[in-house]
Amino acid sequence: MLIELGHFALILALMVALIQTILPLWGAHRGNHLLMALAGPAAVVQFGLLAFAFAVLIHAFVTSDFSVALVVSNSHSLKPLLYKITGTWGNHEGSLLLWTLILALFGASAAWFGSGLPERLRARVIAVQGSIGVAFLAFMILTSNPFLRMAEAPMDGRDLNPLLQDPGLAFHPPFLYLGYVGLSMSFSFAIAALIGGRVDAAWARWVRPWTLAAWVFLTIGIGLGSWWAYYELGWGGFWFWDPVENASFMPWLLAAALLHSAIVVEKRESLKSWTILLAILAFGFSLIGTFIVRSGVITSVHSFASDPERGLFILMILGVFTGGGLMLFAARAGVMEGKGVFGLVSRESALIANNVLLAVAAFVVFVGTMWPLFAELALERVMSVGEPFFNAAFTPFFVALAVILPVGAMLAWKRGDPGRVMAQLGPAALAAGGVGVLSLGLLAGQGVIALIVLVATGAVLATLWSRLPLAFRRRVPLLMLVLAALALLWAVQTGRSALGPLGVMLGSWVVFGALTDLWNRTGRGVDRFGRLLRLPRADWGKALAHGGLGVTIFAISAMLAWKVEVIEVVQEGGSFRLGAYDVQLADVREVRGPNYISTMAEMVVSRGGARVVALYPEKRAYPVQGMPTTEAGIDYGWLRDIYLVIGDPQEGGGWAVRAYVEPFANWLWAGCLLMAFGGLVSLTDRRYRVAAGGAKAAATTARGVPAE
Amino acid sequence: MRVAAFLLSLVLLLPGPALAVQPDEILQDPGLEARARMISREMRCPVCQSENIDDSNAPISRDLRLLIRERLVAGDSNDEVIDFVVARYGEFVLFDPRVSGWNLVLWLSGPAAFVMTGLGLWLVRRRKVAAGLAPLVPLSSGEEARLAELLKDGGGPDGMAGAGGRKD
Repeated sequence: MLIELGHFALILALMVALIQTILPLWGAHRGNHLLMALAGPAAVVQFGLLAFAFAVLIHAFVTSDFSVALVVSNSHSLKPLLYKITGTWGNHEGSLLLWTLILALFGASAAWFGSGLPERLRARVIAVQGSIGVAFLAFMILTSNPFLRMAEAPMDGRDLNPLLQDPGLAFHPPFLYLGYVGLSMSFSFAIAALIGGRVDAAWARWVRPWTLAAWVFLTIGIGLGSWWAYYELGWGGFWFWDPVENASFMPWLLAAALLHSAIVVEKRESLKSWTILLAILAFGFSLIGTFIVRSGVITSVHSFASDPERGLFILMILGVFTGGGLMLFAARAGVMEGKGVFGLVSRESALIANNVLLAVAAFVVFVGTMWPLFAELALERVMSVGEPFFNAAFTPFFVALAVILPVGAMLAWKRGDPGRVMAQLGPAALAAGGVGVLSLGLLAGQGVIALIVLVATGAVLATLWSRLPLAFRRRVPLLMLVLAALALLWAVQTGRSALGPLGVMLGSWVVFGALTDLWNRTGRGVDRFGRLLRLPRADWGKALAHGGLGVTIFAISAMLAWKVEVIEVVQEGGSFRLGAYDVQLADVREVRGPNYISTMAEMVVSRGGARVVALYPEKRAYPVQGMPTTEAGIDYGWLRDIYLVIGDPQEGGGWAVRAYVEPFANWLWAGCLLMAFGGLVSLTDRRYRVAAGGAKAAATTARGVPAE
Repeated sequence: MRVAAFLLSLVLLLPGPALAVQPDEILQDPGLEARARMISREMRCPVCQSENIDDSNAPISRDLRLLIRERLVAGDSNDEVIDFVVARYGEFVLFDPRVSGWNLVLWLSGPAAFVMTGLGLWLVRRRKVAAGLAPLVPLSSGEEARLAELLKDGGGPDGMAGAGGRKD
């Protein structure tokens, strides 16, 4: 009965979404206040209905209701409770319901927090959001209904894919969807602005928080997915340029671009049409991502035929929204004339460069992801595009982005003084160079000497810096960066020998640049530390997010360059050497979990005779799904992870063992978290609170918005 | 207990997961082994979803890894080994698409997009600068007088503070 109610709620939600789309749009067109006022309540009701439907589905999973087809094929009565709940969205139908629920949540949020919006804009935004809801609800009800019953309920279910029975992956999809779907708000704002023909600073101030929130969620979602791949797949990789990963990465890149171009619209009223275009494209790429993941078209070209209905339906949604959005854009872009005039070297230009590089990088990922499909359809060639291509074709653009980031972030609006910024960034460039030299020294086994030389040079430079000629100070960063970028490009193309030190240097440059930027905001004179704490949160958010990107680049470079790997056969009681560590295989035994059977090894890691840690890598077999998984034994550390995997018993006795030292692994995810945290801090800046709260807004505007 | 016995019997029926590179595959010569690893990282497992054969657990990947090592021991160069595998398994196994023919479109699309965007921006900018540098129409005498009057009105200390108080 409950299931039928959920099913009914779904259909009702579709009806409400139709009302939410048509009436407010009509009302906004005719200036009918009543019809426009309908948008908000409709969005809230739609959200309520979908929340009910989703709760019903979770209930069915938790109570193992095997009369529901979806529960049968994705759950099992012995599964732990957490995975019964998260199994709700561990499949196509359930995750689609979650997608639609989040879509409705964003629509309802526009109703809840949008009281300060102009009436028409608000009605149109909620209506466009409703129209996306109509498309996805129709898709769900017609092709992917989660509430279908079984004719005869079986005794037990077929269990969830064991790879998905994991905390990291359990919460990865909700964050990713919050990100994907969050971009629908930017899209709705863009379409509403195109219909209304008005894009101004106020509009940008409204769009930015939504885009920022979507980007934060995407960052967390991608970070979680990458972390999961790292610890679950059993060889310590963290990014594979898999089509499904690329599907989430492209919207992330475009959302990052949109975030920055909206700043220009807000502060300078320039780049309007480009920002609108980006908003349409960013959501378009979210839809393409949905298409890639759900149609199976890319990972395996042949599964398209197995479910043509779903693939075609998503393709139609994609065509209607992206195509329709672009056509509307082409027709109306003329009304958005940019105002600001700016010099070739200015913050505006730097942000344009940021946008070009991010957009081209996203384009490269897009072409690489779609190329196998194109080759199969147009050239009749079955081929693959993988890591080597993306490393060579994508990396240069991202390196260029990281190189210009600290400079661009500090340039003044309208007309910047590059010489002054360079001189300010001199210490950061030298410090980054120092980190690079230190890592080269470590690589050559001369770490101590390199450190001594560095500290001495650093001390001398620090005392002399302000007395050095300005011409010299200006050229230091430029010289160092040009050299480093060239060497890095060369290293990427030829091998990985120089990649580590240079990548580490690049990451440090971005981090030190972010710190310099923050410090520079405190002005001159006394009490700079006090002013540092009183800086607007947007400044802190910017520095944190940029710093997080630097930390991520640093960690990726370090992991790629200095990973230590050992693959060996080890007897029980025997030991082997792993970098600076000794690892002993103390014991191997069988262990039974709730819905799996495990081969668990006890491995004792020591360094110079002193015991470091005992790790318990497992090899699990899930009988219901007939699938094995590896559970690596990982000792997470500040500077390195020790990563142990137990393999098969060998014919001549002993066990196959894989072991890794992963340098700075935790820094990679810490960097992602820092980026996301920076976004959150920025989101709490009072400018946005001014824009968000109606009553609060009046109070704050009375006191005046502080100058920045 | 019967459930446990049942589960155990099921587990025993499962094919054991062969983990990525196995110790018995590794070549004695570290130089050859490093080359083998490098080649296998660029080869796609024919039956998996975008996994290279170095990471893959599939039996066919193991066969390919052994094949690559066999060819390397026989004295083939890296390119010869890759050609040998591609001749048997098709272009599909190449993660690093060859820079030739139609694939040039794939490889050049990024740089081309970058150059074209740059060119487009330069053109837009040139147009804007040209428009901005158009000769300004001088004020008529009536406008001059009106301007002087306005400046006189707003020229007090309040006006100055208002103009200088905000900076971005």
